[in-house]
Formats: sequence, structure tokens, C-alpha cells
Amino acid sequence: MGRYVARRLLQMIPVFIGSTFLIFAMMYALPGDPVRALMGDQAYDPAVVASIRSDLGLDQPLWQQYLTYMSNLVQGDFGTEIASKREIADIIAQAFPITLRLTLFAFTFTVLVGIGLGVIAGLRPDSVRDRGLLALTLVLISMPSFVLGYLMQYIFAFQLGVTTATVQDSENFGDLMLPAIVLGSLSLAYVARLTRTSMAENLRSDYMRTAVAKGLPRHRIIGVHLMRNSLVPVVTFLGTDIGNLMTGAIVTEGIFNVQGIGKTIFDALTRREGATVVGIASLIVLVYLLTSLLVDLLYAVLDPRIRYA
Amino acid sequence: MRGAKSAKWVAGAIVVALAATACGSGSGDEGKKNASGKPEGYVSIDVGEPQKPLIPADTNETNGSYVIQSLFTQLLDFDAQGEIVYTNAESVETQDSKTWTVKLKSGWKFHNGEAVTAQSYVDAWNWYANIKNNQQNSFWFADIAGYDDVHPEKGDPKADKMSGLKVVDDTTFTITLKDKVPYFNYKLGYATFAPLPKVFFDDPKAFGQKPVGNGPYKFEKWTHKKLIQVAANPDYQGPNKAQNKGIQFKSYTTLEAAYQDVVSGNLDIIRQVGPTDLPKYKQDLGKGAIEQPYAAIQSLVPAFYSKTFKDIDPKVLQGLSMAIDRDTITKTVLNNTRTPATSFTPPQVKGNQDLGTDVFTYNPAKAKQLITEGGGVPENKLFIQYNSDGGHKEWVTAVCESIRKATGVDCVGDAKPDFPTDLEARDNDQVKSMYRGGWVADYPVNVNFIKELYHTSAESNNGRFSNKEIDGLMAKADKASSLEEAVKGYQEVEKKLLEQMPAIPLWYYRINGGHGEAVDNVKVDFHGDLELTGVTVK
Repeated sequence: MGRYVARRLLQMIPVFIGSTFLIFAMMYALPGDPVRALMGDQAYDPAVVASIRSDLGLDQPLWQQYLTYMSNLVQGDFGTEIASKREIADIIAQAFPITLRLTLFAFTFTVLVGIGLGVIAGLRPDSVRDRGLLALTLVLISMPSFVLGYLMQYIFAFQLGVTTATVQDSENFGDLMLPAIVLGSLSLAYVARLTRTSMAENLRSDYMRTAVAKGLPRHRIIGVHLMRNSLVPVVTFLGTDIGNLMTGAIVTEGIFNVQGIGKTIFDALTRREGATVVGIASLIVLVYLLTSLLVDLLYAVLDPRIRYA
Repeated sequence: MRGAKSAKWVAGAIVVALAATACGSGSGDEGKKNASGKPEGYVSIDVGEPQKPLIPADTNETNGSYVIQSLFTQLLDFDAQGEIVYTNAESVETQDSKTWTVKLKSGWKFHNGEAVTAQSYVDAWNWYANIKNNQQNSFWFADIAGYDDVHPEKGDPKADKMSGLKVVDDTTFTITLKDKVPYFNYKLGYATFAPLPKVFFDDPKAFGQKPVGNGPYKFEKWTHKKLIQVAANPDYQGPNKAQNKGIQFKSYTTLEAAYQDVVSGNLDIIRQVGPTDLPKYKQDLGKGAIEQPYAAIQSLVPAFYSKTFKDIDPKVLQGLSMAIDRDTITKTVLNNTRTPATSFTPPQVKGNQDLGTDVFTYNPAKAKQLITEGGGVPENKLFIQYNSDGGHKEWVTAVCESIRKATGVDCVGDAKPDFPTDLEARDNDQVKSMYRGGWVADYPVNVNFIKELYHTSAESNNGRFSNKEIDGLMAKADKASSLEEAVKGYQEVEKKLLEQMPAIPLWYYRINGGHGEAVDNVKVDFHGDLELTGVTVK
């Protein structure tokens, strides 16, 4: 087990280097020069642009820029932004916790409500409540997140007045409630459907019959025998979803004015702040790698037939 | 039990993840005064994160400018009509438009108590102009004698002081220019000409995060990407003393989010209402709605190196101009956010004139006729380049439609995904036929809209328009000994521009903003910024 984890962790290193290089090269290939873009529409002095570029090393070839970047990164230096001259580590340290909080909130919501609904429906396939769930999830899946976002904003902030229209304080979980629900609702629909289907299927399996025949109490049959096996596909989905929630929050972040990773990386991209984009994207790659490891380990918890040596 | 063992691993990973979030959550929770965290008597406005550190000569985008203008006061400023109002200066005078004498008001102090002297100005300007300091607005000092020594086109500076700046006494200094510039005092109203206290030179980097100015507000705090807070300066002596207790510049991810906050009372002022809310903002905000024109223009600029417009007969351009139905487009597609243009300069600047022409009036028949007379558009097709991240798509499509309908010339929008890409194509002479040009006044004189855009050597002349006669006329106007004469000279230039059509002016900008019920007296200045010092809290 320990060796398996160690091996997986070691495998992350080439993946990490490869992905950072790809992102770095893509940023390099994009048209538009960040220093020139700073000067905007108005008059400017080309001598200043040239001088800033050479100070930042932007006039060097790609491989040299990448080597400098990586050697700094290994020493824990993410670099500084071209325009704001702020440490990128600071920028990440500011935006990441906000996104992480929002993501975890949305994730918890997805897991609790999604699996809950899925269980309720899956235990009685084709009943009224099962059909009801299908209809509800269909609505959630087909509704774009900005529609849901503005709708919730309108109902809860303007009609009922229970929350503020936008997030005033990103530390406050009450404020984050609306965006988290909006963010989590699409995944919620998938999770509910996945849970429901695999529960409904496993209900008919042999080991369930055996469990019932053994005379086990109902909560044990459902909670241990049925749930454990039915959650494998759900966990797979949730694993990749945590990364999606983090990066895909940009629309929701926009509607509710949350200054998270999505907005930060989008701004950096339009301003060609290469180092910021690569820094954040690398972190997200790490998040994906770690969650996929976590998911693989969870398989073993859920299904004793799966083992890692 | 394999399962139980790996459960431990999973639990361990979850603990690590939770610890990581807990680490990050200790940031920035100072100043929770009320629901929106605003101290009593302060005014909040949607001004996003400045792109750069807060140094006057390194800021020219709007967000940073708002903060800089609240913290710093330069020699003079302009009123809503574009007339000079002396702020830090007692007077700025000249006999020959070449040597200018500046007298400062005495008793002014920086926020740290240091006196504002002639030396504070001269030292600051020398630092700004120095190429080593990479200041974006350094070229603003290019008129001053000795600029080339501190800012050579290549290599290291030969001096660290411009010979044209001389301190006479504590409150007087003289500026000697390379050549006559009759409107130089108007340039001094630009925020770049602000003074700096001595602490700046110890550590410019730290200063950029925590500036000390001489303006109507004192810097309080900057929570990046969230908020900048400034407090009224009680010792301020200028005419624009703050009528409120302070300002909060709040960062919003979208115009829509900011608008929702104004409507629900969490934000006092919004500078620009987003396109989706424009149709209803007057209803929502009532008396709080702001709609006012300001000195800025949008044009279509032909690239005179392109296949389409190389050696084109100006008649074709006049024809294209007449094929654009400005009235209808501004009213419908643009929701009244613009006013149709009638010349190359907006009405708010000195020297704006009635050109007495029908080139800017929609007239399909004459448009067609002029284009035919001029030899037509090569390949009967043209492109309008724009950046698709700036909300230009709708009107570019409408303009194209208008041209196509009126003249039969095929017109297609050439979208660049974002502004940097758009600029790069302009700089590298890769514009296919014409691009969307925009210009906001730096100082309210027609020169700013003519020389900086259409002089052969102007940096922003990306259409590469070049006409010796017009360059000559500009040189002549610059030699005038009074502002009035220079302005008149440039009016002549503008008449020539109409004949040559270096650009097709489309419309002047209007500001469409608003404020909530908690504040009052929100006024707009000549280049479209809201005058925050005058805002009162009810």
C-alpha cells in the first residue's frame, strides 16, 4: 500500500513537468505581448517597452525562459506579475483559499444532497419519487449555470432578501451558500442519477439476495452491502469533479463577485501574465493528480476485491 | 483488512487537504464595520484592481488613475468645461511658450507631513523621465529640454536630471522646453505630473503598495483584488477638498455584479452600467442614473498599408463614412451610450468646431456616388478589426450591415480574441483593412485628438497615415506663441483631415453610470471620470 502510494507520487513528477511545459509553451505561442498590452490604446514609448521586456527576460528564447521559470519554481519562487509586480505566490495564496472554500462547500452539498436523493430514488425504482428525481435532475442538467445563478440571486436576494446579491465577505459561509449551491447543482444532478442507477441495479444482485436471506437488518443491508458497492462509479465521478468545480467556477464567480481562481486565471490569460497562468494551472494539475490518487485508494475501501500491492 | 488500511491513507489525505484550507483562511478580515464592511460616511465605487503599483507616472488605465487622482494633486486641473483650475500651483505662466514659470501655493504638505516644494516636483519628474525606471508615461516629459539625456532611445541615460528643470526657490521652479509648446500648461493637468515625497526615493517598490501623496485623500489600505480604501485628508487646501469621509474602491468581477449591488444598496456608485442592464437602469436607479457625454471618440481607422486602402482616394473613405447610419446605430445597438460624431474632436475640448460638412451624415446615394468616383474599394470588400472581449461585436456588425446596404461594399468584422492580440496586429502592420480605434482625452485641447493620432511620427498612428502637408501645418501650429493661436492652427489641420480622412469618426462616448440613494452630488469630469471629492453622503 505504502509503496503503491509512493510510486504514484513519483509518477506525478514527470506529469507535472510535462504539463507545466505544455502550458508554458502555449502561453508563449499566444499572440499579444503582455508589456505592449499594458500600454493600451493610448500613446506609449517603445523604448520603455523594450527596456521592461529585457528586464523581465521576455526577449529570451522559450527554452531559456522555461528553464529560468522551472529553476525558480523548484526553489519555491513562482515569480512576479508583469503589471502589478506582485509575487504570484501571494496572488495564489489569496485566491486559492477562496476557491477551495467555495469548492469544498459545493462539493459537500453535492455529496450529501446528491447521494441522499439518489438513495431515496434508487431504493424504489420507477416509483413516483424516482420519476420526480429524474425530472428535477433533467431541469438542473439542462439549465446553464448563469441562468440558475441569476434566478437564485433574484429570488433569494431581491425577492426574499435572505442574502446579499453578491458575496460581501468570502470568509463567511452564509455568503458563500448561494454560489456554492449554484456551482454544485450540475454535479448534484449527475451524482443523484449515478447513485440512483447503480443502486437500482445492485438491488437485484445476488449478494443482496444473500444478505436478505441471511436475515440481516435492513439498515445494514442498505448501508453496508448496497451502498458500498453502488458508490464506486459515484466516487470516480466525484474525483474528477472536484477539479472541475475549482476551474469551472468562473461563471458563478462572476455572477456572485467571488475573487477566486477562475477569475484570476482568466484575467491573467487576457493580460498574458504567463507566469500566473502557469502557476495556477500547475496547481490545478496537482489537485487533479492528487484527487485521482485519492479516488483509486477509495476504491479499495469501498470494494474489498480491489487491492494495491 | 486491506480496506481498513487504505481507509487510513484516505483519512490522512483528507486531513492534509483540510489543513491546507485552514492555513489559507486567516487572510484579510479587518474592518468588518457593517454588512458591506464600509465605515460611516465613506463612499463606495466599483473601481477594480489597478494593473500596476500606485505610482503616478506608471498608471494610465482607469482603475489605477482613479486611485492616483484621489491620492495626488498635480499643479492644475480642469473643470467640467475643460478650463484650467489651479490646484497645487498658484500660477503657471509663460512669455514665449518655451520657458514656463511655476509658482506653488505655500503651506501644502504630503500626507506624512513633509512640505510640498518645487524640489518635490523637480525630483519626481526627473525620476519619472529616467529610462532606467521604466515608467509607462515617461514620454509625457519629452517636451522638456534634456529629456533625451535621461531617456535616450537606446542605451543607458547620460544624466539623471533634465537640464530644463530649475528650482528657483522653495515654491518656484522653471520649465524650459525643447521647442515652443503653447498648450504645455494643459498637459500639466495630467496625473503623471504629480510630485513625490522624499520617502518615495528610499523604496519605490514599497511606495507603490502604500503611496503617500499630497491629494484630497490619504491612503488607508489595499486588500488586493478586493478593496482599496482612502480617507479624507483634513489638512487638504485645494479647491477640491473631500466632501465625504473617504472612498472605498471595490473590485467587481463583472459589471452586472456591481450593478446588482448598487440596486440592493451594497455599493454607492457604479461607473458604467453593463449592456444587459442598460435598458432598465434609469427605471431602477431613478434620480441616481447618470448619463453624460465626455471627451472621447471612437473611429474606424484605415490601415494605409493594407491591400484595401493603399493609395486610396479619400473620396472612398468619405463615401464609407456617409454609408454609416450613426443615428440609428447609437440609438438602437448602442442603447444611447454614444453620440454621433460630427468632427475629429469631441465637443468638450478646446477648438472643437463645426466642420460644415455632410461627410458624417448618413446619405446612401451620395455615399455610393463618392465611392464610385474615387475608384471603389479594391475587391469590393473590407474588414473591420476589433477585439471581441470588449463588447464591440454588436456595433461592428451593425456598421458593416449599414455599409453593405448603402453601398454594396462587402464588409466583415475581423474579430481578435482579446485586446493584446488586437494591439499586436496593429503594431505589426497586420491589419487587413481597418481597425476600431478609441481615444480618451488626456487634456482638453484639440491637439490631443489630432497630433497624437495623425502625425506621421505619432506612436498611436497605427493606420500609418502620413501626409507632409498636414505634418507641416501641425509644426506651424506648434510654433504659435499663444494657446489660442495654436488651437486655431490645429483647427486648420482638422479641416485638412476632413479632406484626407485618416480615420472615419463614428461617435463620442457617454458615461452611463449611476448611484444609490445613500449618496448625492455625483458629477462627471471632462474625460468621463466621476468627481469623487464632491460626492456627499446622506
